[in-house]
Amino acid sequence: MNYFPGSRMHDFDSLRLERVTRRFGKPGSPAALHELSMTIARGEFVALLGPSGCGKSTALNCIAGLIPLSGGAIWLNDDRLDLLPPEKRGFGMVFQNYALFPHMTVRRNVQFGLMMRRVAAAERDRRTARALELVQLTGHEDKLPGQLSGGQQQRVAIARAIVVEPRLVLMDEPLSNLDARLRLEMRAEIRRIHRELGRTTLYVTHDQDEALSMADRIVVMQDGTVQQIGTPEEVYAQPANLHVARFMGFRNLLELDVEEVTGREVALRGPWGVLRGTVKQAPGGRRAVAAIRPDEIAIGPAGAPNAIAGEVEGVEYYGRDCLVEIAAAGGLRLYARTQRPIERGAVVHAAVAPDRVLVYPGSS
Amino acid sequence: MTRAKLGDRVVLLVAPAAAVIVLLFVYPFLYGLVLSFRPLSGGVLGNYVTFFTSRSLWPTMFTTLRLAVPATAINVALALPIAYLMRRPTRYQKLVTTILVVPMTLGTVLIAEGMLTYLGPKGWLSQLLQLIHLTSEPVHLTHNYTGVLLSLIVSGFPFVFLLLLSYVSGIDPVLGKAAATLGAGPWQQFRHVYLPLLLPGLAMAFCLAFVQAFSVFPSAVLLGAPAGPTRVISIAAYEAAFEQYDYSLASCVAMIMGAVQLVVVAAVLGVRRALYRGPVAGGKG
Repeated sequence: MNYFPGSRMHDFDSLRLERVTRRFGKPGSPAALHELSMTIARGEFVALLGPSGCGKSTALNCIAGLIPLSGGAIWLNDDRLDLLPPEKRGFGMVFQNYALFPHMTVRRNVQFGLMMRRVAAAERDRRTARALELVQLTGHEDKLPGQLSGGQQQRVAIARAIVVEPRLVLMDEPLSNLDARLRLEMRAEIRRIHRELGRTTLYVTHDQDEALSMADRIVVMQDGTVQQIGTPEEVYAQPANLHVARFMGFRNLLELDVEEVTGREVALRGPWGVLRGTVKQAPGGRRAVAAIRPDEIAIGPAGAPNAIAGEVEGVEYYGRDCLVEIAAAGGLRLYARTQRPIERGAVVHAAVAPDRVLVYPGSS
Repeated sequence: MTRAKLGDRVVLLVAPAAAVIVLLFVYPFLYGLVLSFRPLSGGVLGNYVTFFTSRSLWPTMFTTLRLAVPATAINVALALPIAYLMRRPTRYQKLVTTILVVPMTLGTVLIAEGMLTYLGPKGWLSQLLQLIHLTSEPVHLTHNYTGVLLSLIVSGFPFVFLLLLSYVSGIDPVLGKAAATLGAGPWQQFRHVYLPLLLPGLAMAFCLAFVQAFSVFPSAVLLGAPAGPTRVISIAAYEAAFEQYDYSLASCVAMIMGAVQLVVVAAVLGVRRALYRGPVAGGKG
């Protein structure tokens, strides 16, 4: 059976995206996806992460064949893929709104891909049962999608995508329609299915926790362009630029004057004094931005090294800790997380280790 | 105030609308029904006996069915593929839709006039066919069955098309995409996803278009042979009412007309139910 060229798993080593570009509207208009290049190895779980409108879903649809490329190419090993219609690519896709066929039972939904591939009935039933078992929906075969909960529907969608043993599983924000608890559950579930089947997966999300906890590698995107590709650890701890830093929870972004740069160490001049940090991306000009996570800041008494003095303006209670808003000199605003009880109006010193202050180029 | 009492009062809000319906629809209908059982001569069922025994009356039922059923079927069959192709907004969608819908705005009489000019034995089409020697005799497309059928198709198509277009565009296009990623080509997407979801809409469009076509009158007179092959049931009713001044018999014909329409509509909806048991509005899985 070679209806789908190279659909057996062992002849897929890598999926290569080569400057994949997609423009909507007139030529010359800004690209929704600009020259995305990367290689995905067999068995990898890759997350495309970015805010809405960053081009991540466009990228996924281009790979699935649902929208044509404006430029670039997609290669599966040595086969050019981007000119094939979606039905010839042999990928499985899970959609945000599940996209189950409402007039078919769960069984017929899951079997759909196998029917299209003309898999023999016995084999079809065996694989359908196995897929439904994998997503823990055995016993629901004869229900219609409308009779299932959102979480169950998404499980059917996953079963339907993986039952055809696709070379690549594409997931387009599959959890964003579920409630918070179910989302966490399904996150673990998708990880487990990936572990058990080893299917190469490309997962689109705007939720950094989802990307960090699920993916082997993360592609951070913004305005149609790739900002950083790296492991969750790299992206989390070492954001390549300010966009990534902002997206990875660096809530404090202080634009200050550069006083002195010595190798990787940098001293910035703030209205309260000097802030020492570590260069992430060499600041070219006079100004630089210091990026600090709220939970890297320790609120303490005066005299701590690398501390910023300020007055507590607001306290948000989060149960495990509090988010404190501090007004520092010069109209700067700092956010810090602390477990210590703290009052509005208190004067505090927010101290942060220099290696936790990441410095990026400023706007001028 | 208890909830039940409040509910009773809310029901009163429907009263004005209900009164209008009763006055404009239910009352005339019941009046006609009662009238049909009061013939000028004979017993209570006299009119119905007359209808089903008169050679000039009962065959009109089948003449009308022979026109209305094929015309409706052809319209649905034509409109379905075009509506399917127009499901995604394209540059041409508006233009095509406008062109297809224009006949609706013209009215039956104007269409009939045009068709007489173009399709008559001395019309352009006939002359063109003779000119290129496809036929040696004038082509007779008017003043017979074909003329009325063509006119029913031209005037009924826009309605069926618009109805089906709204049903087709109501189906979430992501379903077609999902089918495509699972290996379904364009035909299979239509066959397995769109067509089953469209069945309720097709049945509905068929019913409404059929009811319209079954009450054909102007084109049967203008384009057909109202004395013979296109003597449709509405002509029989018209003659009874305005030539014989037998309103009672005319009411009886109208009642039979309604009954035939009801039977066909029930049959179509029955077939639909047998074929499809899923949700009525497809798309939101």
